[in-house]
Amino acid sequence: MFRKVLVANRGEVAVRVLRALRELDIPSVAVYSEADRDALHVRLADEAVAVGPAPAAQSYLDVDAVLAACRKTGCDALHPGYGFLSENAGFARLCAEAGIVFVGPSPQAIEVMGEKIRARQLATEIGVPVVPGSTGPVHTVDEALEVADRVGYPVAVKASGGGGGIGFRVAHSHDELAAALDAARADGDRFFRNSTVYVERYFDDPRHVEIQVLGDTHGNVVQLGQRDCSVQRRHQKLVEESPAPTVDSRLRDQLSAYALELARAIGYTSAGTIEGLLVGDEFFFLEMNTRLQVEHPVTELVTGIDLVQEQLRIAAGRPLGFRQEDVVFRGVAIECRINAEAAHRQFIPSPGTIDRYREPVGLEVRVDSGVEEGSVVTPFYDSLLAKVVVWGESREAATARMAEALDAFELEGVHSLIPFHRRLLATEQWQAAGTCRDLVGDRGWLKQAEPA
Amino acid sequence: MLPERVRQSVAAVPDRMSEIRAPITGNVWKVLVAEGDAVRVDDVVAILESMKLEIPVEAESAGTVLRVLVSVGDPVTEDDSMFELE
Repeated sequence: MFRKVLVANRGEVAVRVLRALRELDIPSVAVYSEADRDALHVRLADEAVAVGPAPAAQSYLDVDAVLAACRKTGCDALHPGYGFLSENAGFARLCAEAGIVFVGPSPQAIEVMGEKIRARQLATEIGVPVVPGSTGPVHTVDEALEVADRVGYPVAVKASGGGGGIGFRVAHSHDELAAALDAARADGDRFFRNSTVYVERYFDDPRHVEIQVLGDTHGNVVQLGQRDCSVQRRHQKLVEESPAPTVDSRLRDQLSAYALELARAIGYTSAGTIEGLLVGDEFFFLEMNTRLQVEHPVTELVTGIDLVQEQLRIAAGRPLGFRQEDVVFRGVAIECRINAEAAHRQFIPSPGTIDRYREPVGLEVRVDSGVEEGSVVTPFYDSLLAKVVVWGESREAATARMAEALDAFELEGVHSLIPFHRRLLATEQWQAAGTCRDLVGDRGWLKQAEPA
Repeated sequence: MLPERVRQSVAAVPDRMSEIRAPITGNVWKVLVAEGDAVRVDDVVAILESMKLEIPVEAESAGTVLRVLVSVGDPVTEDDSMFELE
């Protein structure tokens, strides 16, 4: 398939991709920053190349250093994982120019979906509903006020180059709109070098529902069901499950059709995710993530399809080995993100050294992780240490299995979300699949999840 | 954590002096006050970056900044002294 593949990432996703490469018998190369010299992903790869100092901007995001590592080791393909360079169209182009296959969609697809205003316009054109808001960029406070008056408050001012919950500010009334506009512009400029913003309605307590798609270079596109990722804090997901518990079969068919139409409209290849909000039984398109998602394992557990292996096969030009009607959805999968964070202190990060670590094992219990006993968790990267993913015949069975797995997970030395998840799963709101916009703001959930 | 020796010296500072310490391990992203500035309780005096989050550092007591002990880009460990106030 490929001669050798470089994994341009770190932590649990680097480990995940490296394992897929080993299963496919493809030699692998890891890259690492000075802070990650002793990391698990470095040892798991056949070769490893240092790409710079600890800050990501000088290592994992250093395009020249990463490409040089590919050339030095003779790699003919690169898997970007998620985050870092995974949605950088310019980088995908540089890979192509260097004769390195970028394991992901085309640079054009990354670009269209990365520009949120264009993505909204595209969705509207093909009849996929979008969150009510501006049709294009918003330049002035007056324009923003006009949109807000039309769609109603609260509104979100979002950076067009943003996504994944970064670069957006909420205004609850017209007094707050000017400040939200300035702040979203500044975020867009700082994080995405793009100060263009747009305005859309901010729903009070929506469900976050997304659809996994997979397209090959032969024109085949399939959808692999929904994931519900409504339990979040600071617009970042903490718990994901598949199928979405409140989506009935009629809505399921509708969402599948939307996802396939969007993927086909841009000739999408590789794994991608159409994200949206569910308000009652109304779906609104938010954005498409043109990469592997953190929460991809829940889809793998209910479909039995290895998304990373499929990405690699697609990138090698092979057609999908199955058709839509071959995809069978079975049972329920839940994922809990084990972040190094102190939930009881408003989820502040908790760097440190992991001095005791033992992962749970058992029937239908999967742990994807990038750490081990003795690992140093530095402040340089995100706080995700591991993901516990379980499968059960029903949501209740999967919840019980997750509770057991969390109890068996031993992790000491840093604060982690293990106790938080354990309490969360015991709440009535989880059992009733209640909604939750933001755990930092939503005292009801947090109260139930406080340490005893 | 600060070594015990430093902790004792901290405890020994006169009442009219106080410190602002790092709430978390991270890197200094912004320093928002300079020596001689007056700060009030809850003023944000610096911002740390840790695990892709910005963590504001707030003054727990009012006073005048006597010394700024950190610069932008410096790594700090939880509880490290960042500012001395008078």
